[in-house]
Amino acid sequence: MSVELLNFIETVLNGLMSGVMYSLVALGFVLIFKASGVFNFAQGVFALFAALTLVGYQTGQVPFAHLINELFGTNYHNWYASMPNFLAIILTMITMIALAWIIERLVLKHLVNQDPIILFMATIGLAFALEGVGDLMWGSDVKVLDVGIPSGGSIWLEEATIGLAAEGSDYYGMYIDVLNVWATIIAVILVVTLALFSQYTKTGRALRAVADDHQAALSVGISLRTIWILVWAISGFIAMVAGIMWGTESGVQFSLSLIALKALPVLILGGFTSIPGAIIGGLLIGVGEKLAEIYIGGYFETGALENWFAYVMALVFLLFRPQGLFGDKIIERV
Amino acid sequence: MLYKETGQYKSTYKSDHAIFPLIQDKIAFSTLMFIAFLIVPFVINSYWEKAILVPFLIFSLAAIGLNILTGYCGQVSLGTGGFMAVGAFSTYKIMTYFPDLNIMIIILISGLITAAVGILFGLPSLRIKGFYLAVATLASQFFLVWLFNKVPWFYNYSDTGQITVSERLMFGIPVTGATAPPYATYLFCLILVVLLGFAAKNLIRSKMGRSWMAIRDMDIAAEIIGVPPLKTKLSAFAISSFYIGVAGALYFAVFLGAIEVTESFDIMTISFPVLFMIIIGGLGSMLGSFLGAAFIVTLPIGLKFVMVDLVGLSAVTAKHFEITIWGLLMIIFLIVEPHGLARLWSIAKEKLRRWPFPY
Repeated sequence: MSVELLNFIETVLNGLMSGVMYSLVALGFVLIFKASGVFNFAQGVFALFAALTLVGYQTGQVPFAHLINELFGTNYHNWYASMPNFLAIILTMITMIALAWIIERLVLKHLVNQDPIILFMATIGLAFALEGVGDLMWGSDVKVLDVGIPSGGSIWLEEATIGLAAEGSDYYGMYIDVLNVWATIIAVILVVTLALFSQYTKTGRALRAVADDHQAALSVGISLRTIWILVWAISGFIAMVAGIMWGTESGVQFSLSLIALKALPVLILGGFTSIPGAIIGGLLIGVGEKLAEIYIGGYFETGALENWFAYVMALVFLLFRPQGLFGDKIIERV
Repeated sequence: MLYKETGQYKSTYKSDHAIFPLIQDKIAFSTLMFIAFLIVPFVINSYWEKAILVPFLIFSLAAIGLNILTGYCGQVSLGTGGFMAVGAFSTYKIMTYFPDLNIMIIILISGLITAAVGILFGLPSLRIKGFYLAVATLASQFFLVWLFNKVPWFYNYSDTGQITVSERLMFGIPVTGATAPPYATYLFCLILVVLLGFAAKNLIRSKMGRSWMAIRDMDIAAEIIGVPPLKTKLSAFAISSFYIGVAGALYFAVFLGAIEVTESFDIMTISFPVLFMIIIGGLGSMLGSFLGAAFIVTLPIGLKFVMVDLVGLSAVTAKHFEITIWGLLMIIFLIVEPHGLARLWSIAKEKLRRWPFPY
């Protein structure tokens, strides 16, 4: 095989893997949008908050330590030196469920029947509030997150592919981050579990019923509020997984919450209401972005295409299919 | 009894359609204008200018622009930061190419350029709606900021990527640059805001404004009764972008003086706050644009005063607190009064009318 072809394959593979990361975030959006009609802008901050909390539990930070120390002149920092990963993840999950409950009680309950734009703005407010609370609780310094997922280039793959190129060509083998491979595996498990859950359990069926029609679901005795808490908790869980993956890769810091902005083009490409759409959209955007960076980015000399390329890609796509790949068909009546 | 319209007869069509039909409103508005034009310029100092008045005026202009698009025409836009950047960078480029051109004309031309860019990015609105459109406008935000950050021609190949304003005179007094006195920058912004504010108010009452509102309320029905969606939506994008572009030009030339595009026109520093302004102020209300801008501009100052000076927190912790309170206030506001401050004002007017009787 020629080096160009191998490079192309490597790019596509890497694109697919980073696409999985986008899909993970987009999935949280879609779940909430389907079930409660809320376009949850805070999804990215959820991921940040979950990752911060996880690190906080792992290293035994005292919540609000900075604030307490400044107000009372004390010097608290850590409760204990470390906590097993497993326990920390469970505790983070409980925190995210509690968060979902609080959000339903304090925010969503009061905003039933408002315009979608009002709900959207409320989630932007939520994003700001949660970001502030996260920083106040755990501090805003960049933290290292390590839950034992291996990372770094795969040497095995590099050695396996080095022989594929023609003799004498300057080829060093493919580079793929092991972390991304793990992310893919975990994402697949997550999606399969979700699909099984919503297909074969009673709660799952209730979830799908609410997504289909709020009023009909209410009339057959499904509690909307329980379902909403459940959905927000599941999104919180997905956000935690996404937060762990992104946090392991680039450290836990404010920029983690910006992955929400990365996931938005995935959403409009795949359609707001489709779970397969979120996954396929994510993969398409991931591959498109990586290919553009390598094959078009060269012409600009300036690089950093990834800031907007996904958006333009989604936009062009929307001109032909306004409801996204798998979105509900738009039917309009006067 | 304080705000009664009893006895104010309108005998002509013109007086019925006045912008301020009631004598009380006229008095209040004239007093406000009197204070703004004839008292404030003599007492203004650098702190009031830089911290409150000039940002308030500039953001009111941006809020009017976004309100035209989102509040009156119903097209949600998250690309305000990008459009303001267009205004700023066209001002910079025109300034360098035409050193003798009057600054007022430069700023208005920048507005026109932004309007053209707005039409371009408004094109998808013909096909897509709602949240899809909101996300699509983010494309303009990211693309424009990337463009101004990465294409050196826009910042004249300077090493830092910053653009800096040079001094420009208006009637012999500098209004831009470091030497501009506070009253000059304030009056310059005020004149533009008053003129453009009246223009917007009248546009909204015209045929064009009515067709915007028809499209907002139900676009298909509007199309059936003969409102052309193409023309209406694109005109809303163009005029909205003009206002936002002028605001961006002022933000760069008069307020900041030197900017770096990724910091100054970020989605978090411009686009969302301006959207908050019109939602807190009131969607589809001119008064709301001003009230919202005033609220958002003064809130951080007030919070900082309480946090740092009264409670004695460090600046970093205070900043975190500020973000939290900002977010919470946003949510509380939306729960308590989703129609914004303008709605509260109209409730207050209703109460004043009957005062001191409860009903």
